[in-house]
Amino acid sequence: MAAQAAVSPQTMRAVRHSGAVPSSEFLLEIEGVRKEFPGVVALDDIRFTLKRGTVHALMGENGAGKSTLMKIIAGIYQPDAGSIKLKGLGIRLESPLDALENGIAMIHQELNLMSFMTVAENIWIRREPLNRLGLVDHARMHRMTQELFDRLNIDLDPDAEIGSLSVANRQMVEIAKAVSYESDVLIMDEPTSALTEREVAHLFQIIRDLRAQGIGIIYITHKMNELFEIADEFSVFRDGRFIATQPASAVTRDDIIKMMVGREITQMFPKEDVPIGEVVLSVKGLTLGSRFRDVSFDLRAGEILGVAGLVGSGRSNVAETLFGVTPATAGSIEVFGKQVTISSPYKALLLGMAFLTEDRKDTGCFLSLDVQENMQMAVLHENFVRAGFVSESAIATACEDMCGKLRVKTPGLGERIENLSGGNQQKVLVGRWLLTQPKILILDEPTRGIDVGAKAEIHRLVTELARTGVAVLMISSEMPEVLGMSDRIMVMHEGRVTGILDRSEADQVKIMDLAAK
Amino acid sequence: MSTQTTSSASAPIESIARARRWPQEVNILLVLLGIALLFELLGWFIQGQSFLFNYNRLQIMILQVAVIGIIAVGVTQVIITGGIDLSSGSVVAATAMIAASFAQSSDWARVIYPSLTDLPFFVPLAVGLGVGLIAGITNGALIAYTKIPPFIATLGMMVSARGISRWYTNGNPVSGFTDDFVLIGDGLGRWMPVVIFLAVALIFHIALRYTRYGKFTYAIGANQQAARVSGINIERHLVKVYAIAGLLAGLAGVVAIARIKTAQAGMGMMYELDAIAAAVIGGVSLAGGQGKITGAVIGALILGVMISGFTFLRVDAYYQDIIKGGIIVAAVVVDQYRQRRRKKS
Repeated sequence: MAAQAAVSPQTMRAVRHSGAVPSSEFLLEIEGVRKEFPGVVALDDIRFTLKRGTVHALMGENGAGKSTLMKIIAGIYQPDAGSIKLKGLGIRLESPLDALENGIAMIHQELNLMSFMTVAENIWIRREPLNRLGLVDHARMHRMTQELFDRLNIDLDPDAEIGSLSVANRQMVEIAKAVSYESDVLIMDEPTSALTEREVAHLFQIIRDLRAQGIGIIYITHKMNELFEIADEFSVFRDGRFIATQPASAVTRDDIIKMMVGREITQMFPKEDVPIGEVVLSVKGLTLGSRFRDVSFDLRAGEILGVAGLVGSGRSNVAETLFGVTPATAGSIEVFGKQVTISSPYKALLLGMAFLTEDRKDTGCFLSLDVQENMQMAVLHENFVRAGFVSESAIATACEDMCGKLRVKTPGLGERIENLSGGNQQKVLVGRWLLTQPKILILDEPTRGIDVGAKAEIHRLVTELARTGVAVLMISSEMPEVLGMSDRIMVMHEGRVTGILDRSEADQVKIMDLAAK
Repeated sequence: MSTQTTSSASAPIESIARARRWPQEVNILLVLLGIALLFELLGWFIQGQSFLFNYNRLQIMILQVAVIGIIAVGVTQVIITGGIDLSSGSVVAATAMIAASFAQSSDWARVIYPSLTDLPFFVPLAVGLGVGLIAGITNGALIAYTKIPPFIATLGMMVSARGISRWYTNGNPVSGFTDDFVLIGDGLGRWMPVVIFLAVALIFHIALRYTRYGKFTYAIGANQQAARVSGINIERHLVKVYAIAGLLAGLAGVVAIARIKTAQAGMGMMYELDAIAAAVIGGVSLAGGQGKITGAVIGALILGVMISGFTFLRVDAYYQDIIKGGIIVAAVVVDQYRQRRRKKS
């Protein structure tokens, strides 16, 4: 299936080193790439081209497939179908090292540097210059690093320890390292997310210099203004599909937003109008260090308050703080009209709150335990326990009923949860919290990574809960879900609430506008 | 989409056919039986006599297992939380020395506290348990509240407790126990340590399976973050688990001196490693969240059978250690292999 004419990375490397680099207008040409993960098609029929000496921005909502495509280009994933041409020659990349040696370097969001080693050691790792005795020649390594930095106008000490550098400077080191591989293609994944304005300006200067040297740069960003400042071209992806590639000078901000979100809500969400009751949760000026600031909102019984925003906008942090996982540094929380301090999840639980976390594997499931053990864990604080002994038959009955209600597909309560599908795992976790009969339900990405059927069932369930008077706070990156399920939508951007929209006035463009200021 | 088409109100769990899993402990039990039978066969061939059907040998073997077994019950719980306890052997020594000083009879020539002789048996027993408990709580508090790794916290305790056991009598052994106290190690036709071991194992088997304490112990080992979000007070629970491990090490110390009728600062050397080995051989995963007391008990028996079997076959003690080391490593390799295979499925 994969390109028949593809040369092996070894051949490509030999061609490159012989100096006979085939000339082509395009550094990268990608055709018909497809990538599936169990249960999800992450990319389908993707096209993408990168020209020499250009900055090409990649835009799209969370989950649009940008990162997956970049990981394919950088050799981290292998595509299921489609062809990749590097400078006109078809190529198969089998590992990140392959990609690197063929001139494709990726600068990851989470920087991959070793903090206890020096700048120079990090850059030349695996390629250290050796002296005649086969020992590392530190003086030469220092010199090589200095030359590299001079070329890039980076003012850093090659002998500084990485751990002592700021995030911005570490990023410079990453870039220098990428350039040191004589890379032709440089992939930057939201490089400015942790930088100050001055650092961004410096980064852009470096990017322009690299562009002038003929390097092609793929630049993933959520920030519209950066696109217009630095990009020559941009491509938009949506739901794993390629939408368009256009020159940046030809479009306006609104055009791009429409391309990013321009889809009809095709899924039906069983949202019902239910009577909205009293305010059950009132948050004022909630702040957590530098993660989010001054978050205020009211949540009423029976209401579903959607929370939209890009990844990193502080949405999940707000949820964690409300549930006492990371207690707030300032602000007040009132539950049923009473001022409360929520210093631990246990306290939140006693207040009638429940929290379905975003990451099923990391903070949700006990993978080595069975379905019942996973489901019962939050309810054992109060019920089903006498003198420390768990009433096995009562809890088993309760779990069995809950599994029936949520239509969990499992061979039995004794099945290990890791053998269930993602959707069924999620239902078990939902069940964990429903057993506690919560009054306030916080859902963080409740339908992430689960199939359409399970998704619809979770939506149905949330609606039913709202009807019984449960107040729901639902964080979601999926626009249709937020728009379809919510009574109101709170939008966050860089740790602040940028607006709260009513169901009647909310649409995708308005949300995206508030989320990508 | 599916709004409310097929909502049969409360259907039973939708079943997917799947073969019942064989409990892991059964496999380990089979290994134990296999090893025992192997020694039995070798016994007839090499020594011309039975290995198993010899009351004295069997009793000595099980008595040796009992002390390590009591420790292993505590260490198993620690390992299930994802931790480790290296201090048990030293805690055995410290509790043994201190408890021994309260267990002496007045007709012994060199008593530590001349005014505190001929005390009823429960005084030294309580002292021993108390010392073990303090050591355990110290371990647990360090791990839970200062967030230092269990390896380091209990390594510190291992060194310090050994120091205490030497300092307490300047390295002199303590003997001359009351008849009353000696029964803890010698009663019931010398089977008392075994009875205590099985009672302890039963109590904590029930605790792990049927109580909230047990459920939370597995939860913390399986996924500490998820446990925290489920409202479990991780810190308090870890202190409990390490306290129990310390308490049981203390009990093991008391039982050991009552059986051998003397306490020495050097006793309990490497017991912590034997206990960890018993747990690991018994299928308790060092990754946490998995394992059973029954497994650790069988693991301890496997170690006991091997040592006793090698002695029976007159295999040199040096070879015994070499082989024992290999078995421990093999058990962990098997555990890793199991984990990996599970992840793939």
